[in-house]
Amino acid sequence: MRNIWTIAKREYKLYFTSPIAYIVTISIFLILGILFYISIIQSSTNNFAPEIQAVIGPLVTLLIFTTPALTMRLLADEQRMGTLELLLTAPVKDFEIVVGKWLAGWLFLVTILLLTWIYPIILNQLVTPGIDQGTLLAVYLGLVLLTACFISIGVAISAMFSNQIAAFFLSIGVLLVFWIIGYPATFTSGVAADVLRYLDMSEHFYNTFYRGIIELKDIVFYLSVTILALVLGSTIIETRRWR
Amino acid sequence: MIKVSGLTKNYGLRCAISDLNFSIEKGEIVGFLGPNGAGKTTTMRIMTGYLPPSSGTVTIGGYDIIDNSLEIRKIVGYLPETVPLYLDMSVFDYLKFMADLRHLKNPEDAVDEALEKVDLTTRSNSFIGNLSKGMRQRVGLAQALIHNPDVLILDEPTIGLDPAQVVAIRNLIKELGKERTIILSTHILSEAQQVCNRVMIINKGKIVAEDSPEHLQIRLTGSQRVRTKVRADSQEIANLIQSISGVVNVFVTDPNTVEFETLNGAEVQPAVARKIIKEGYDLLELYPITMSLEDIFLQLTRDETPVSEIKEGESQAEFETEGDD
Repeated sequence: MRNIWTIAKREYKLYFTSPIAYIVTISIFLILGILFYISIIQSSTNNFAPEIQAVIGPLVTLLIFTTPALTMRLLADEQRMGTLELLLTAPVKDFEIVVGKWLAGWLFLVTILLLTWIYPIILNQLVTPGIDQGTLLAVYLGLVLLTACFISIGVAISAMFSNQIAAFFLSIGVLLVFWIIGYPATFTSGVAADVLRYLDMSEHFYNTFYRGIIELKDIVFYLSVTILALVLGSTIIETRRWR
Repeated sequence: MIKVSGLTKNYGLRCAISDLNFSIEKGEIVGFLGPNGAGKTTTMRIMTGYLPPSSGTVTIGGYDIIDNSLEIRKIVGYLPETVPLYLDMSVFDYLKFMADLRHLKNPEDAVDEALEKVDLTTRSNSFIGNLSKGMRQRVGLAQALIHNPDVLILDEPTIGLDPAQVVAIRNLIKELGKERTIILSTHILSEAQQVCNRVMIINKGKIVAEDSPEHLQIRLTGSQRVRTKVRADSQEIANLIQSISGVVNVFVTDPNTVEFETLNGAEVQPAVARKIIKEGYDLLELYPITMSLEDIFLQLTRDETPVSEIKEGESQAEFETEGDD
């Protein structure tokens, strides 16, 4: 546990000196700011109350493209620089390295998510009698779980490469596939369709958390994908030794 | 302290090391010598738990490298060939990170102590990316020393250092070796000669010679070689020397220079000198050539002749280096 924290702490600090992390943060806020402004103008001209979903919807899409940029370095760079040899010959277990990296990435993304809380706060001031706080909490719980999942997939993929760009594009690919995999199933029914829909990460978000509903099955889904990806990442690091 | 038996490692079809056997006592400084691709780094990586062996066992301090890998990693300090550094961290933060990973009680003190040993205290706050190669090497060494390990494994510790630093690091290694077991690999033979109690020459994944540097020299020079320079045609001189008893081999090396081999202990120089002068030639030089560790190394790594069969002047195949190590 202590090693996980040591590794996570170093990696988390590193995000604040990394240009990529700043670019990711700035672009997220730039895009969200523009969309937020538009949604407020639209709702005031069309006379309906602006909703927090106007910001959260695009945010989730943005995260699919930005989390790979945050995770691509985590293990790929250690392999390229040879520092993985340092960690693997220190008294640290393989999974501690992977979980530490994941924790750092996740904490950084949660930091960004906390900053996006500014939009609901502004919204709450604009509308009377304020926005639904329950929905807001559900949405953010969903986001925190979703990002845990995204980051873990990114870390596992980063473990496969010593090239960051390769890790970046494969992560985007994998996230996108699991974001739309249930879509074809909407036109059919049967067991296969159910499985596809279950595997779809967006199904577990838009149908529940996004609408202010918290369901245990969605929490279990996100947590299991996260754990599975972390186990996969640790296995990849372990097999690196055996090559 | 360290026991290696039957150690073999294959990368696919290529055999990096095959059936290595050796043991190292506490307090020894052992040098691995060998050309690139000989298997030095592979052996070290296995001993530090970075790579698993294909077969064979390694025990360090009573722990087995596979069953008690974590225990071994706690008592071993390792400096890999490509110094693993986080270039975007400061020297202090980097060493503190390593100290934390090793669960040291007073990480800050340990960092200061390690920095002092490698003489880098003044650069504690510099970013590693801004340091010179020699300084980075020393940061790597500080990392290996941070937990005061019983066993130090150093893969080419003096590479890229300037001459003054090389001397400093060698002295440090000797100093550290007083209470620790140290294994280092090097290309530089004089380094092995100066620092190590014992040298293992590794070639193509096998140990071809193993002894103290002094013994190795004596053992390998079964014959004594003498060079003589005479103001005369060297072929004539060669014929002259050939006739003296005790001379084994004669070689013409230069127009005026002849080298000859004698059996160990046979003092033929006086007889040679007398003979040359008696024939009326001017004797300019006459002196024994000792075979340096360099020569021994080259000979051993050129072909796979076992030490006992090594003779001078044998056919010498091209010096072969294969792949990266």
